[in-house]
Amino acid sequence: MAEAVEEVKKAPAESLFSKRRRKFVTDPLNDDNPVTIQVLGICSALAVTTKLEPTFVMSIAVISVIVCSNLIVSLIRNLIPSRIRIIVQLAVIASLVILVDQILKAYLYDVSKLLSVFVGLIITNCIVMGRLEAFAMGNKPWDSVLDGLGSGIGYAWIILAVAFCRELFGFGSLFDFKIFHAIGWENFPTNGLMTSPVGAFFILGIIIWIQRYKTGYVEHN
Amino acid sequence: MQELINLFVKSIFVENMIFAYFLGMCSYLAVSKKVSTATGLGAAVIFVLVITVPLNWFIQEFILKEGALMWLGDDFATIDLEFLQLIMFIAVIASTVQLVEMLVEKFSPALYGSLGIFLPLIAVNCAILGSSLFMIQKEYDLVESLVFALGSGVGWFLAIVAIAAIRERLKYSNVPAPLRGLGITMIITGLMGIAFMSFMGIKFS
Repeated sequence: MAEAVEEVKKAPAESLFSKRRRKFVTDPLNDDNPVTIQVLGICSALAVTTKLEPTFVMSIAVISVIVCSNLIVSLIRNLIPSRIRIIVQLAVIASLVILVDQILKAYLYDVSKLLSVFVGLIITNCIVMGRLEAFAMGNKPWDSVLDGLGSGIGYAWIILAVAFCRELFGFGSLFDFKIFHAIGWENFPTNGLMTSPVGAFFILGIIIWIQRYKTGYVEHN
Repeated sequence: MQELINLFVKSIFVENMIFAYFLGMCSYLAVSKKVSTATGLGAAVIFVLVITVPLNWFIQEFILKEGALMWLGDDFATIDLEFLQLIMFIAVIASTVQLVEMLVEKFSPALYGSLGIFLPLIAVNCAILGSSLFMIQKEYDLVESLVFALGSGVGWFLAIVAIAAIRERLKYSNVPAPLRGLGITMIITGLMGIAFMSFMGIKFS
Protein backbone atom coordinates (compact mmCIF):
# COMPACT_ATOMS: atom_id res chain seq x y z
CA MET A 1 0.00 0.00 0.00
CA ALA A 2 2.76 2.43 0.90
CA GLU A 3 4.29 2.22 -2.57
CA ALA A 4 0.93 2.82 -4.20
CA VAL A 5 0.52 6.07 -2.29
CA GLU A 6 3.99 7.25 -3.19
CA GLU A 7 3.52 6.42 -6.83
CA VAL A 8 0.68 8.86 -7.06
CA LYS A 9 2.92 11.89 -7.32
CA LYS A 10 3.02 11.70 -11.10
CA ALA A 11 3.38 13.38 -14.45
CA PRO A 12 0.39 15.36 -15.82
CA ALA A 13 -2.13 14.09 -18.35
CA GLU A 14 -1.79 10.36 -18.43
CA SER A 15 -4.29 8.10 -20.09
CA LEU A 16 -7.33 6.84 -18.18
CA PHE A 17 -6.01 3.31 -18.08
CA SER A 18 -2.27 3.86 -17.88
CA LYS A 19 -0.05 1.12 -16.53
CA ARG A 20 0.06 2.73 -13.10
CA ARG A 21 -3.73 2.89 -12.93
CA ARG A 22 -4.19 -0.66 -14.13
CA LYS A 23 -2.06 -1.68 -11.17
CA PHE A 24 -4.69 -0.24 -8.79
CA VAL A 25 -7.13 -2.79 -10.12
CA THR A 26 -4.86 -5.79 -10.56
CA ASP A 27 -2.84 -5.55 -7.35
CA PRO A 28 -5.64 -6.29 -4.88
CA LEU A 29 -6.69 -9.33 -6.90
CA ASN A 30 -3.77 -11.43 -5.78
CA ASP A 31 -0.58 -9.89 -4.37
CA ASP A 32 -2.34 -7.45 -2.09
CA ASN A 33 -5.69 -9.15 -1.62
CA PRO A 34 -7.84 -7.41 1.01
CA VAL A 35 -9.12 -10.64 2.53
CA THR A 36 -6.23 -13.06 2.45
CA ILE A 37 -3.24 -10.72 2.73
CA GLN A 38 -4.52 -7.63 4.52
CA VAL A 39 -6.96 -9.61 6.71
CA LEU A 40 -9.88 -7.22 6.31
CA GLY A 41 -13.57 -7.84 5.85
CA ILE A 42 -13.53 -11.43 7.02
CA CYS A 43 -16.85 -11.19 8.88
CA SER A 44 -19.09 -10.90 5.90
CA ALA A 45 -16.77 -12.97 3.74
CA LEU A 46 -17.82 -16.00 5.73
CA ALA A 47 -21.34 -15.36 6.87
CA VAL A 48 -23.05 -15.10 3.49
CA THR A 49 -21.18 -17.84 1.67
CA THR A 50 -23.40 -20.88 2.18
CA LYS A 51 -24.72 -20.54 -1.38
CA LEU A 52 -23.54 -18.84 -4.54
CA GLU A 53 -26.59 -16.70 -5.24
CA PRO A 54 -26.59 -14.57 -2.06
CA THR A 55 -22.81 -14.40 -2.24
CA PHE A 56 -22.99 -13.02 -5.75
CA VAL A 57 -25.49 -10.36 -4.70
CA MET A 58 -23.39 -9.54 -1.65
CA SER A 59 -20.24 -9.11 -3.70
CA ILE A 60 -21.98 -6.76 -6.11
CA ALA A 61 -23.33 -4.77 -3.16
CA VAL A 62 -19.89 -4.50 -1.57
CA ILE A 63 -18.18 -3.53 -4.84
CA SER A 64 -20.70 -0.76 -5.47
CA VAL A 65 -20.44 0.54 -1.90
CA ILE A 66 -16.63 0.60 -2.04
CA VAL A 67 -16.51 2.30 -5.44
CA CYS A 68 -19.14 4.94 -4.63
CA SER A 69 -17.81 5.75 -1.17
CA ASN A 70 -14.26 6.00 -2.51
CA LEU A 71 -15.50 8.38 -5.19
CA ILE A 72 -17.52 10.56 -2.80
CA VAL A 73 -14.86 10.77 -0.11
CA SER A 74 -12.18 11.47 -2.68
CA LEU A 75 -14.27 14.32 -4.12
CA ILE A 76 -14.74 15.97 -0.72
CA ARG A 77 -11.38 14.96 0.73
CA ASN A 78 -10.10 18.53 0.95
CA LEU A 79 -13.22 19.70 2.79
CA ILE A 80 -13.11 17.10 5.57
CA PRO A 81 -11.40 18.28 8.77
CA SER A 82 -9.10 15.47 9.78
CA ARG A 83 -10.38 15.34 13.38
CA ILE A 84 -13.87 14.25 12.38
CA ARG A 85 -12.98 12.28 9.27
CA ILE A 86 -14.03 8.92 10.73
CA ILE A 87 -17.55 10.14 11.42
CA VAL A 88 -17.80 11.69 7.95
CA GLN A 89 -16.62 8.46 6.36
CA LEU A 90 -19.09 6.45 8.43
CA ALA A 91 -21.93 8.76 7.39
CA VAL A 92 -21.06 8.38 3.70
CA ILE A 93 -20.80 4.59 3.98
CA ALA A 94 -23.99 4.28 6.02
CA SER A 95 -26.02 6.32 3.52
CA LEU A 96 -24.77 4.19 0.63
CA VAL A 97 -25.52 0.98 2.52
CA ILE A 98 -29.04 2.18 3.28
CA LEU A 99 -29.45 2.80 -0.45
CA VAL A 100 -28.25 -0.72 -1.27
CA ASP A 101 -30.46 -2.22 1.43
CA GLN A 102 -33.57 -0.45 0.15
CA ILE A 103 -32.84 -1.44 -3.45
CA LEU A 104 -32.39 -5.08 -2.44
CA LYS A 105 -35.62 -5.03 -0.44
CA ALA A 106 -37.48 -3.56 -3.39
CA TYR A 107 -36.18 -5.73 -6.23
CA LEU A 108 -34.61 -8.85 -4.72
CA TYR A 109 -36.67 -9.47 -1.61
CA ASP A 110 -35.86 -13.18 -1.26
CA VAL A 111 -32.14 -12.63 -1.38
CA SER A 112 -32.35 -9.71 1.01
CA LYS A 113 -34.18 -11.96 3.48
CA LEU A 114 -31.37 -14.51 3.16
CA LEU A 115 -28.67 -11.91 3.69
CA SER A 116 -30.64 -10.49 6.65
CA VAL A 117 -28.42 -8.33 8.85
CA PHE A 118 -25.33 -8.82 6.75
CA VAL A 119 -26.28 -6.13 4.26
CA GLY A 120 -26.33 -3.66 7.13
CA LEU A 121 -23.00 -4.96 8.29
CA ILE A 122 -21.32 -3.73 5.10
CA ILE A 123 -21.05 -0.48 7.10
CA THR A 124 -18.59 -2.09 9.45
CA ASN A 125 -16.80 -4.00 6.71
CA CYS A 126 -13.22 -3.01 7.35
CA ILE A 127 -12.33 -3.07 3.64
CA VAL A 128 -14.56 -0.10 2.89
CA MET A 129 -13.27 1.93 5.83
CA GLY A 130 -9.71 0.83 5.15
CA ARG A 131 -9.74 1.96 1.52
CA LEU A 132 -11.24 5.33 2.43
CA GLU A 133 -8.66 5.89 5.12
CA ALA A 134 -5.67 4.57 3.20
CA PHE A 135 -6.43 5.68 -0.32
CA ALA A 136 -9.40 7.92 -1.02
CA MET A 137 -8.41 10.53 1.57
CA GLY A 138 -5.23 11.29 -0.36
CA ASN A 139 -5.93 10.59 -4.01
CA LYS A 140 -7.83 11.92 -7.01
CA PRO A 141 -11.37 10.66 -7.72
CA TRP A 142 -10.65 8.51 -10.78
CA ASP A 143 -7.70 6.77 -9.10
CA SER A 144 -9.89 6.14 -6.06
CA VAL A 145 -12.64 4.61 -8.19
CA LEU A 146 -10.15 2.21 -9.76
CA ASP A 147 -8.66 1.37 -6.39
CA GLY A 148 -12.11 0.68 -4.97
CA LEU A 149 -12.96 -1.50 -7.95
CA GLY A 150 -9.76 -3.51 -7.47
CA SER A 151 -10.32 -4.08 -3.78
CA GLY A 152 -13.96 -4.91 -4.35
CA ILE A 153 -13.18 -7.51 -6.99
CA GLY A 154 -10.37 -8.93 -4.87
CA TYR A 155 -12.90 -9.41 -2.07
CA ALA A 156 -15.55 -10.76 -4.43
CA TRP A 157 -13.46 -13.53 -5.93
CA ILE A 158 -12.45 -14.82 -2.51
CA ILE A 159 -16.00 -15.02 -1.21
CA LEU A 160 -17.22 -16.51 -4.49
CA ALA A 161 -14.52 -19.18 -4.24
CA VAL A 162 -15.55 -19.99 -0.67
CA ALA A 163 -19.21 -20.11 -1.67
CA PHE A 164 -18.41 -22.32 -4.67
CA CYS A 165 -16.76 -24.94 -2.44
CA ARG A 166 -19.42 -24.73 0.24
CA GLU A 167 -22.39 -25.04 -2.11
CA LEU A 168 -20.76 -27.73 -4.22
CA PHE A 169 -19.83 -30.00 -1.31
CA GLY A 170 -22.55 -28.93 1.10
CA PHE A 171 -25.59 -29.09 -1.17
CA GLY A 172 -24.20 -30.76 -4.30
CA SER A 173 -25.41 -27.85 -6.40
CA LEU A 174 -24.22 -24.63 -8.02
CA PHE A 175 -26.57 -21.61 -8.17
CA ASP A 176 -29.23 -24.09 -6.96
CA PHE A 177 -28.63 -26.28 -10.02
CA LYS A 178 -28.17 -29.89 -8.91
CA ILE A 179 -24.92 -30.49 -10.70
CA PHE A 180 -24.27 -34.02 -9.52
CA HIS A 181 -27.77 -35.13 -10.48
CA ALA A 182 -27.20 -33.69 -13.92
CA ILE A 183 -24.08 -35.76 -14.55
CA GLY A 184 -25.84 -38.87 -13.30
CA TRP A 185 -24.30 -39.17 -9.83
CA GLU A 186 -27.59 -39.54 -8.00
CA ASN A 187 -26.47 -40.19 -4.45
CA PHE A 188 -23.58 -37.76 -4.12
CA PRO A 189 -22.74 -37.66 -0.41
CA THR A 190 -23.21 -34.03 0.69
CA ASN A 191 -21.18 -32.85 3.63
CA GLY A 192 -23.14 -31.21 6.43
CA LEU A 193 -20.01 -29.60 7.82
CA MET A 194 -19.77 -27.37 4.75
CA THR A 195 -23.22 -25.89 5.28
CA SER A 196 -22.41 -25.06 8.91
CA PRO A 197 -20.24 -22.04 9.80
CA VAL A 198 -17.32 -24.30 10.63
CA GLY A 199 -16.88 -25.32 7.00
CA ALA A 200 -16.29 -21.70 6.02
CA PHE A 201 -13.34 -21.41 8.37
CA PHE A 202 -11.69 -24.49 6.92
CA ILE A 203 -12.31 -23.50 3.31
CA LEU A 204 -10.97 -19.99 3.84
CA GLY A 205 -7.97 -21.36 5.72
CA ILE A 206 -7.19 -23.68 2.83
CA ILE A 207 -7.69 -20.94 0.21
CA ILE A 208 -5.28 -18.72 2.15
CA TRP A 209 -2.80 -21.58 2.32
CA ILE A 210 -2.89 -22.20 -1.43
CA GLN A 211 -2.79 -18.52 -2.30
CA ARG A 212 0.11 -17.70 -0.01
CA TYR A 213 1.96 -20.73 -1.28
CA LYS A 214 1.62 -19.35 -4.81
CA THR A 215 2.53 -15.74 -3.96
CA GLY A 216 5.24 -16.70 -1.45
CA TYR A 217 3.87 -14.33 1.18
CA VAL A 218 4.81 -15.38 4.72
CA GLU A 219 3.51 -13.81 7.90
CA HIS A 220 5.95 -13.44 10.78
CA ASN A 221 4.58 -13.52 14.24
CA MET B 1 -36.57 -16.15 34.47
CA GLN B 2 -36.07 -19.60 32.94
CA GLU B 3 -36.31 -18.13 29.47
CA LEU B 4 -33.79 -15.43 30.25
CA ILE B 5 -31.25 -17.96 31.49
CA ASN B 6 -31.83 -20.03 28.39
CA LEU B 7 -31.36 -16.97 26.21
CA PHE B 8 -28.15 -16.08 28.05
CA VAL B 9 -26.66 -19.55 27.64
CA LYS B 10 -27.80 -19.73 24.04
CA SER B 11 -26.21 -16.43 23.10
CA ILE B 12 -22.92 -17.39 24.72
CA PHE B 13 -22.48 -20.92 23.43
CA VAL B 14 -24.92 -21.88 20.70
CA GLU B 15 -25.26 -18.62 18.79
CA ASN B 16 -21.76 -17.45 19.53
CA MET B 17 -20.91 -14.24 17.69
CA ILE B 18 -17.68 -15.66 16.29
CA PHE B 19 -18.46 -19.30 15.66
CA ALA B 20 -22.01 -19.02 14.41
CA TYR B 21 -22.23 -15.56 12.83
CA PHE B 22 -18.59 -14.59 12.16
CA LEU B 23 -19.15 -11.16 13.67
CA GLY B 24 -16.21 -9.14 14.89
CA MET B 25 -13.75 -11.34 13.03
CA CYS B 26 -11.48 -8.45 12.06
CA SER B 27 -10.53 -7.49 15.60
CA TYR B 28 -10.70 -11.14 16.63
CA LEU B 29 -7.92 -11.93 14.17
CA ALA B 30 -5.95 -8.73 14.60
CA VAL B 31 -5.83 -8.41 18.39
CA SER B 32 -5.48 -12.07 19.39
CA LYS B 33 -1.72 -12.36 19.54
CA LYS B 34 -1.46 -11.88 23.31
CA VAL B 35 -3.84 -12.98 26.06
CA SER B 36 -3.56 -9.73 28.01
CA THR B 37 -4.59 -7.48 25.12
CA ALA B 38 -7.29 -9.93 24.08
CA THR B 39 -8.75 -9.80 27.58
CA GLY B 40 -8.79 -5.99 27.46
CA LEU B 41 -10.55 -5.89 24.11
CA GLY B 42 -13.02 -8.57 25.17
CA ALA B 43 -13.93 -6.64 28.31
CA ALA B 44 -14.37 -3.45 26.28
CA VAL B 45 -16.68 -5.26 23.86
CA ILE B 46 -18.89 -6.59 26.68
CA PHE B 47 -19.02 -3.11 28.17
CA VAL B 48 -20.00 -1.35 24.95
CA LEU B 49 -22.51 -4.05 23.95
CA VAL B 50 -24.35 -3.85 27.25
CA ILE B 51 -24.71 -0.09 26.82
CA THR B 52 -25.48 0.22 23.11
CA VAL B 53 -27.94 -2.63 22.55
CA PRO B 54 -30.54 -1.39 25.11
CA LEU B 55 -29.92 2.18 23.91
CA ASN B 56 -30.66 1.13 20.35
CA TRP B 57 -33.74 -0.69 21.61
CA PHE B 58 -35.06 2.62 22.93
CA ILE B 59 -34.22 4.36 19.65
CA GLN B 60 -36.02 1.68 17.68
CA GLU B 61 -39.03 1.59 19.98
CA PHE B 62 -39.57 5.33 20.41
CA ILE B 63 -38.26 6.86 17.19
CA LEU B 64 -37.79 4.51 14.28
CA LYS B 65 -40.59 1.95 14.35
CA GLU B 66 -43.77 2.54 12.42
CA GLY B 67 -46.07 4.51 14.69
CA ALA B 68 -43.36 4.90 17.31
CA LEU B 69 -43.59 8.66 17.22
CA MET B 70 -47.12 8.50 18.68
CA TRP B 71 -45.88 10.24 21.82
CA LEU B 72 -45.40 13.42 19.79
CA GLY B 73 -49.08 13.57 18.90
CA ASP B 74 -51.53 11.79 16.62
CA ASP B 75 -50.19 13.47 13.48
CA PHE B 76 -47.03 11.40 13.76
CA ALA B 77 -48.78 8.03 14.10
CA THR B 78 -48.21 6.93 10.52
CA ILE B 79 -44.56 7.88 10.20
CA ASP B 80 -42.20 4.99 9.56
CA LEU B 81 -38.53 5.88 9.88
CA GLU B 82 -37.18 2.35 9.72
CA PHE B 83 -35.01 3.13 6.69
CA LEU B 84 -32.90 5.34 8.96
CA GLN B 85 -32.11 2.36 11.19
CA LEU B 86 -28.58 1.69 10.00
CA ILE B 87 -27.33 5.25 10.13
CA MET B 88 -28.98 5.89 13.50
CA PHE B 89 -27.49 2.76 15.04
CA ILE B 90 -24.00 3.43 13.80
CA ALA B 91 -24.24 7.02 15.03
CA VAL B 92 -25.39 5.82 18.45
CA ILE B 93 -22.58 3.29 18.62
CA ALA B 94 -19.88 5.71 17.51
CA SER B 95 -21.00 8.43 19.91
CA THR B 96 -21.45 6.00 22.82
CA VAL B 97 -17.96 4.71 22.29
CA GLN B 98 -16.64 8.27 22.28
CA LEU B 99 -18.62 9.13 25.40
CA VAL B 100 -17.59 6.01 27.26
CA GLU B 101 -14.00 6.71 26.37
CA MET B 102 -14.19 10.21 27.81
CA LEU B 103 -16.00 9.09 30.96
CA VAL B 104 -13.60 6.25 31.63
CA GLU B 105 -10.65 8.57 31.08
CA LYS B 106 -12.07 11.05 33.58
CA PHE B 107 -13.20 8.75 36.35
CA SER B 108 -10.96 5.73 36.14
CA PRO B 109 -7.54 6.42 34.64
CA ALA B 110 -6.38 2.92 35.56
CA LEU B 111 -9.17 1.28 33.57
CA TYR B 112 -8.54 3.75 30.75
CA GLY B 113 -4.91 2.73 30.67
CA SER B 114 -5.79 -0.90 30.10
CA LEU B 115 -8.93 -0.43 28.00
CA GLY B 116 -8.51 2.96 26.37
CA ILE B 117 -6.66 2.08 23.21
CA PHE B 118 -9.26 -0.54 22.29
CA LEU B 119 -12.33 1.61 22.63
CA PRO B 120 -12.04 3.48 19.31
CA LEU B 121 -11.48 0.15 17.56
CA ILE B 122 -14.81 -1.07 18.83
CA ALA B 123 -16.90 1.52 17.00
CA VAL B 124 -16.35 -0.43 13.79
CA ASN B 125 -16.56 -3.89 15.32
CA CYS B 126 -19.26 -5.79 13.45
CA ALA B 127 -20.29 -7.62 16.62
CA ILE B 128 -21.70 -4.41 18.10
CA LEU B 129 -23.79 -3.33 15.13
CA GLY B 130 -24.66 -6.97 14.46
CA SER B 131 -26.10 -7.49 17.93
CA SER B 132 -28.27 -4.41 17.59
CA LEU B 133 -29.58 -5.64 14.24
CA PHE B 134 -30.20 -9.15 15.59
CA MET B 135 -32.02 -7.66 18.55
CA ILE B 136 -34.40 -5.93 16.13
CA GLN B 137 -34.75 -8.98 13.92
CA LYS B 138 -35.58 -11.33 16.80
CA GLU B 139 -37.97 -8.81 18.38
CA TYR B 140 -36.55 -8.90 21.89
CA ASP B 141 -38.00 -6.71 24.62
CA LEU B 142 -35.85 -4.51 26.82
CA VAL B 143 -34.81 -7.12 29.40
CA GLU B 144 -34.23 -9.76 26.76
CA SER B 145 -32.08 -7.45 24.71
CA LEU B 146 -29.98 -6.62 27.76
CA VAL B 147 -29.46 -10.32 28.49
CA PHE B 148 -28.76 -10.99 24.82
CA ALA B 149 -26.16 -8.20 24.73
CA LEU B 150 -24.43 -9.51 27.84
CA GLY B 151 -24.50 -13.07 26.50
CA SER B 152 -23.07 -12.20 23.11
CA GLY B 153 -20.41 -10.07 24.75
CA VAL B 154 -19.34 -12.87 27.06
CA GLY B 155 -19.34 -15.31 24.14
CA TRP B 156 -17.10 -13.02 22.12
CA PHE B 157 -14.82 -12.54 25.13
CA LEU B 158 -14.47 -16.32 25.59
CA ALA B 159 -13.67 -16.82 21.93
CA ILE B 160 -10.98 -14.15 21.69
CA VAL B 161 -9.28 -15.14 24.96
CA ALA B 162 -9.25 -18.79 23.93
CA ILE B 163 -7.76 -18.12 20.51
CA ALA B 164 -5.17 -15.75 22.00
CA ALA B 165 -4.06 -18.45 24.43
CA ILE B 166 -3.75 -20.95 21.59
CA ARG B 167 -1.84 -18.50 19.41
CA GLU B 168 0.65 -17.78 22.17
CA ARG B 169 1.47 -21.48 22.21
CA LEU B 170 1.44 -21.73 18.45
CA LYS B 171 4.44 -19.42 18.22
CA TYR B 172 6.66 -22.32 19.20
CA SER B 173 5.26 -24.86 16.78
CA ASN B 174 6.43 -25.55 13.28
CA VAL B 175 3.56 -24.50 11.05
CA PRO B 176 4.05 -24.69 7.24
CA ALA B 177 5.24 -21.25 6.12
CA PRO B 178 2.29 -20.19 3.91
CA LEU B 179 -0.17 -21.27 6.59
CA ARG B 180 1.44 -19.18 9.33
CA GLY B 181 -0.61 -16.41 10.88
CA LEU B 182 -4.04 -16.03 9.32
CA GLY B 183 -4.32 -19.47 7.72
CA ILE B 184 -3.70 -21.56 10.80
CA THR B 185 -5.82 -19.20 12.90
CA MET B 186 -8.78 -19.79 10.60
CA ILE B 187 -8.38 -23.55 10.80
CA ILE B 188 -8.08 -23.48 14.59
CA THR B 189 -11.15 -21.26 14.79
CA GLY B 190 -12.95 -23.91 12.76
CA LEU B 191 -11.90 -26.61 15.21
CA MET B 192 -13.05 -24.47 18.12
CA GLY B 193 -16.33 -24.00 16.28
CA ILE B 194 -16.76 -27.78 16.14
CA ALA B 195 -16.18 -27.93 19.88
CA PHE B 196 -18.80 -25.26 20.44
CA MET B 197 -21.26 -27.17 18.25
CA SER B 198 -21.53 -29.71 21.05
CA PHE B 199 -23.50 -27.13 23.06
CA MET B 200 -26.25 -27.17 20.44
CA GLY B 201 -29.70 -27.77 21.88
CA ILE B 202 -28.64 -27.17 25.48
CA LYS B 203 -31.61 -26.09 27.59
CA PHE B 204 -32.58 -25.67 31.22
CA SER B 205 -36.12 -26.61 32.01
